[in-house]
Amino acid sequence: MPNVIINDIKVEVPENVTVLEAIRLSGGYVPTLCHMKLDDIKIENNPASCRICMVEVAGRRNLAPACVTPIAEGMVIKTHSKKAVNARRTVLQLLLSNHPQDCLKCAKNGQCELQDLASELFITTNPYMGNKSTHKKDVSAAIIRDPSKCIMCRKCETMCNSFQTVGVLSAVDRAFDAVVKPTFDLPLEQTNCTFCGQCVAVCPTGALVAHTYIDEVWQEIDNPKKHVVVQTAPAVRVAIAEEFGYEPGTISTGKLVSALRALGFDKVFDTDFAADLTIMEEATEFLDRIKNGGYMPMLTSCCPGWVKFLEHQFPSLVEMPSSAKSPQQMFGAIAKSFYAEKNNIDPKDMTVVSIMPCIAKKYEAGRPEINSSDEYKDVDYVLTTRELARMIKEAGLNFDTLPEGQYDSPLGESTGAAVIFGRTGGVAEAALRTAYEWITGKNLEAVEFEAIRGYEGVRVAEVKVGERTVRVAVSHGLGNTRKLLEDIQAGKLQLHLIEVMACPGGCVGGGGQPFHHGNFDIIKKRTEALNRADRNMPIRKSHENPAIKALYEEYLGKPASEKAHHLLHTHYLEREWL
Amino acid sequence: MGKYKQFILICGGTGCSSSGSGDIIDSFNKALEEKGLKDEVQIVRTGCFGFCEQGPIVKVLPDDTFYVKVTEKDVENIVNEHIIKGRRVQRLLYVEPSEKEKIEEYIKMPFYKKQIRVVLRNAGAINPENVEEYIANDGYSALAKALTEMSQDDVLKSISDSGLRGRGGGGFPTGMKWSFAKRAKGDKKYIICNADEGDPGAFMDRSVMEGDPHSVIEGMSIAAYAIGAQKGYVYIRAEYPLAVQRLRKALNDAREYGFLGENVMGTNFSFDIEVRLGAGAFVCGEETALIHSIEGKRGEPTSKPPFPANSGLWKKPTVINNVETLAQIPVILLKGADWFRKLGTEKSPGTKVFALAGAINNVGLVEVPMGITLREILYEIGGGIRNNKQFKAVQTGGPSGGCIPAKYLDTPIDFDNLIALGSMMGSGGMIVMDEDTCMVDVSKFYLEFTVDESCGKCTPCRIGNYRLHEVLERITSGRAVIEDLDKLEQLGNVIKDTALCGLGQTSPNPILSTINYFRDEYVAHIQDKKCPAGVCKNLIRYDINPAKCVGCTACARVCPVQAITGTVKKAHVIDQDKCIKCGACYATCRFGAISKI
Repeated sequence: MPNVIINDIKVEVPENVTVLEAIRLSGGYVPTLCHMKLDDIKIENNPASCRICMVEVAGRRNLAPACVTPIAEGMVIKTHSKKAVNARRTVLQLLLSNHPQDCLKCAKNGQCELQDLASELFITTNPYMGNKSTHKKDVSAAIIRDPSKCIMCRKCETMCNSFQTVGVLSAVDRAFDAVVKPTFDLPLEQTNCTFCGQCVAVCPTGALVAHTYIDEVWQEIDNPKKHVVVQTAPAVRVAIAEEFGYEPGTISTGKLVSALRALGFDKVFDTDFAADLTIMEEATEFLDRIKNGGYMPMLTSCCPGWVKFLEHQFPSLVEMPSSAKSPQQMFGAIAKSFYAEKNNIDPKDMTVVSIMPCIAKKYEAGRPEINSSDEYKDVDYVLTTRELARMIKEAGLNFDTLPEGQYDSPLGESTGAAVIFGRTGGVAEAALRTAYEWITGKNLEAVEFEAIRGYEGVRVAEVKVGERTVRVAVSHGLGNTRKLLEDIQAGKLQLHLIEVMACPGGCVGGGGQPFHHGNFDIIKKRTEALNRADRNMPIRKSHENPAIKALYEEYLGKPASEKAHHLLHTHYLEREWL
Repeated sequence: MGKYKQFILICGGTGCSSSGSGDIIDSFNKALEEKGLKDEVQIVRTGCFGFCEQGPIVKVLPDDTFYVKVTEKDVENIVNEHIIKGRRVQRLLYVEPSEKEKIEEYIKMPFYKKQIRVVLRNAGAINPENVEEYIANDGYSALAKALTEMSQDDVLKSISDSGLRGRGGGGFPTGMKWSFAKRAKGDKKYIICNADEGDPGAFMDRSVMEGDPHSVIEGMSIAAYAIGAQKGYVYIRAEYPLAVQRLRKALNDAREYGFLGENVMGTNFSFDIEVRLGAGAFVCGEETALIHSIEGKRGEPTSKPPFPANSGLWKKPTVINNVETLAQIPVILLKGADWFRKLGTEKSPGTKVFALAGAINNVGLVEVPMGITLREILYEIGGGIRNNKQFKAVQTGGPSGGCIPAKYLDTPIDFDNLIALGSMMGSGGMIVMDEDTCMVDVSKFYLEFTVDESCGKCTPCRIGNYRLHEVLERITSGRAVIEDLDKLEQLGNVIKDTALCGLGQTSPNPILSTINYFRDEYVAHIQDKKCPAGVCKNLIRYDINPAKCVGCTACARVCPVQAITGTVKKAHVIDQDKCIKCGACYATCRFGAISKI
């Protein structure tokens, strides 16, 4: 183990670490901007391009970027020598000199790493102001890009290319004009972008932000003619508390419900209800494909980023996913039909708002073919976890003292199988819980399928279902999914069921969640919280959800009925690959 | 070749080709044909002679006559007088400006006297498109020696012992680089020749590739043998079409002769070379950026370590050497490390090729032993400053080198001394400036280049250099305050300390060195709002002295913006608001009535 001296203190550090890691391991600190290391998903962004983490290393001609400089025996490092601090401040002043600095009206205000750093280094003046590079804004339904705020940290590029293999974002041009932009500088909506939002999740500034609909939702709430219902996705309840200073992994379902009620939503429902409904339809389709020799394997279709990826990159496989809509869209369809009819509400006077961990859901709600009617959208507005937190703060609600609320009935009732939809492997596990019982007719005791849990990019397992062996695969991240699909196409893998989620760790790591700032442990803690929530549920299998049973009895008939097909199923498009 | 009695060597380098050497060759062919001399006189289209100032160059052997500024019209004269009658054509001989004397023999020319041509040994001597001429000049015998008489370690030792340092600018010991790559583990290894010569005014690599492409191929093959590489790449800029064409021809010939490909020269060693064209980005001369470019990625550098010797092209151990470095390798193997060490200085052995440009009489390419002084290069070889002007500074090392003033003219040139003077060896560009040069304007000019060529990856280079340029813009237009000078120095030093690659780390050099040596010029711009050299347009003013003006109207007629008014035979006036400071009136006035201040 090498011995080094950091700020005059002798420390022993592990072999093969960087100066940055050595500084952190020894309890020290040096700020970073472009550095991001997500070991659990094997992603590292280390362009060493921002030059913020410069430190002084004795014997070196110039300063060393701590993030990529390997430690060497006997190294003498100073993190805050006059030279290092001066360099760090100057580099930051340079970045700020080419930044719009419209922090007060920036969507990232208060959560911007550049802004935080300016505050941390106490930048009160800037001698380097001058011309700024300007780039046009690009507004899509899900993501807003403002390249003028790009600091070329390249994190988005790494997520888009290395992790997702979508390849839309890349550095273009050079010198002062160098910036990250989409393919051929096209608007995102005309590219292969899946709107997974992982670029937004890692962007340190306001260059990539979610398209916010907070103002529109306030207007709907304040409109007395509108009956406004809201649904909350499973991953939201284990993340939103982070925005109010709680530990990652805190389950705050009750406070979440109370907050939504306090904000003025007429009914507070749960996407989990629709997740159970999804399992009913998907498991039925799965059994049908097994029994009648349908297209195998069956892919899940809950994740809109994944669906769009498939449409662009594997258009020949568009028949492979289940035709079942995602839980968000099933909820919207049921709310504006079953619920509306039951309560004598004209669906046109209803507004369905979703609270999602996801940015692609904003895009999904706008897919024309996904709606069950030509007259209205099934889901009107999609807000992210972060946007909801902003609304709560804007309304001045005290999250700490919010009571434990209960979801409204009937679209608020759900099972443990539904809540794990929010993490990688959860949808497959929920489907197996139901499929097992339907195929075998027996009660499933061990409902937790450990073999498909965890964070490996692709996890394959064989599950004994009575006489049958069902081969299941789970992948998270579209790059991992690409490899899986290529293996299937090459005949290397024979599978029955595949679950895909675009984001790292699944929806808990979605682009709309509170920023993880490069700390994957946060995502793991949210996952554990979902598993806890599952264990805490009295019912853990979707087909045992009484509200779901009632829905079929009263309204839909049985799974895959004509009505169910009309409301709960969709189709996919063959899209071009730019 | 034995049957020929005389040889006419005509420069086919890019410089002489642009001034018509191709037509001269055609004319010689025609003239010899007409006189029936085709079998007695051979015409050789060579590479660059280096004396580009005086091109097109024609050299006649065996009597070593060196004709300069030859045109098509001179061909008949040369054939009739020199070839047939054996009399030199006096009017085409080179006249040394200081001696005013015609110099008949090449060897006696001051331009060549002090040169030792190792890298350029064949440039201007052989037909680069004929592999047999290369072979006849010991070509490929170093490779044969390496493959048949030397182990890999013998080769490494020989190169290490020679003390050869990389000629691309960094000056890293070549033998050490090769040893790292040899020791590095990898199922495949690569050797890359960096021929992305991008410094403005530099053309040594181009001349080597145009004039002696096989020397580069042989050097690469020896390197490949030493480190255990099977594949090589020459990364050459697409702006060098002639070099590319000759290199491709040379590669094909080398393959045909068994110098490349499977089982080179019948040994177990197999090696081949592929040509990759650069698309014009200066930064792709930086080795990691170059590797990315070959890999098809955005041409931008990455942090080192890992060094290419350990993880280079496709993450395999890779040696990247510059053209000039590789061209030295065969000679070192043949003549030995001791011979090489006798040239140059202890820490920088061997010779270096420099491209002389700017306000100097003998613009061209020279190869001199390291340790020679700037004065020797500029005054003895370069023939002194053009138009008898005063020397002001020489800028070495390309756009991010520094400007060296007169007081250091006697410094022996090597890698370390140039760095100590705030400049660098770079690839060997030398741009000479005389008293009419504004040093602020010069540093702005060079910075403009690096600002433009920055890849934009790291903050200090992308934004910092742009900001430096803004400050220089303020200074040269009279809008600066004295604090701006400190800002230049502070920011310049931070950029040097923090930029990611060599381009950014050196780009403030022109500014920092000129502030160091010519601070008073900056102060004059800032405080007096004056450009002492009269270059910065915003700080100069043309005035007509009514006492001297005769009213000839010449100035008013040449003024492109009608800023000068006045009636015939009466004093004229310049409207300062309209004047664009083009200087046309100043150059036209025959009565000294117009002053520039």
